[in-house]
Amino acid sequence: MFEIGLFHYLTLAAILFTVGVFGIFLNRKNVIVILMSIELMLLAVNINFVAFSSFLHDLSGQVFTMFVLTVAAAEAAIGLAILVTFFRNKGSIAVEDISSLKG
Amino acid sequence: MIGVFAFYLFSFVLLMSALFVISARNPVYSVLFLILAFFNAAGLFVLLGAEFVAMILVIVYVGAVAVLFLFVVMMLDINFSELRKGAMQYVPLGLVLGGVLLAELITLYRAWPPAAMNEGGALDVAEKIDNTKALGNILYTDYVFPFQVSGLILLVAMIGAIVLTLRVRPGVLRQVVGSQVSRKASDILKIERVSRGKGVDHV
Repeated sequence: MFEIGLFHYLTLAAILFTVGVFGIFLNRKNVIVILMSIELMLLAVNINFVAFSSFLHDLSGQVFTMFVLTVAAAEAAIGLAILVTFFRNKGSIAVEDISSLKG
Repeated sequence: MIGVFAFYLFSFVLLMSALFVISARNPVYSVLFLILAFFNAAGLFVLLGAEFVAMILVIVYVGAVAVLFLFVVMMLDINFSELRKGAMQYVPLGLVLGGVLLAELITLYRAWPPAAMNEGGALDVAEKIDNTKALGNILYTDYVFPFQVSGLILLVAMIGAIVLTLRVRPGVLRQVVGSQVSRKASDILKIERVSRGKGVDHV
């Protein structure tokens, strides 16, 4: 209990990921908070990567963390740009209104 | 001992701020708690001996992504209480799904080969080469192609965000630099010889 092992970090990341999944259910109308929940889930994945990298003495995990960071930044930028454009056109960001492509 | 205390402190604050992110009524508070969560995750990374990734996390997430979220939340004029209506309807389903997911993950980690779990412990801080240098050594050799591709992804994301949000409004007077520069004096200036006592008959 007093030795922090890999299991502690993995459990923390699992709980954080679950919080992110739960956030999508809790805020299923608000796209901004859904994007923030996705950021939390990516953070959990990053914690997993860094924990494995540290405990297995392999730096590849940290390199992959940087790639995940890159993709997360790109995703946030594009997602928020789409959100701003959508709000400009429709005046709403509720998820139910984003169904124009349904046909 | 202090490391154990720091781990529990950082992870407790991280989980609490994550819960506040998803449950705050005002999304501005959500963004601020997201920043707190990123700072605590950076602390955990430092505990794991990954200082460079920790600093990158603070710079990229707190400096760029969270500020972007903050801008968007503050600029859009949205009635957020309207969006929360009927949110409790799916909480039981979310709790069940989240509980199943968490139980599965923890069972998986419990069944992980114990030899791999505690091999050597966390990275030694007093190694010969520091974390940043070691990371650079493999990032620019073994991973140079993914590194370039991630640069391309950022470029595409930047262009995409600009193209998406650029708005060309008709009927607005704008400075057109090209036509200004390419204008010649003969286009707008006419020199006339005015004879005495007559003046100019056409202006």
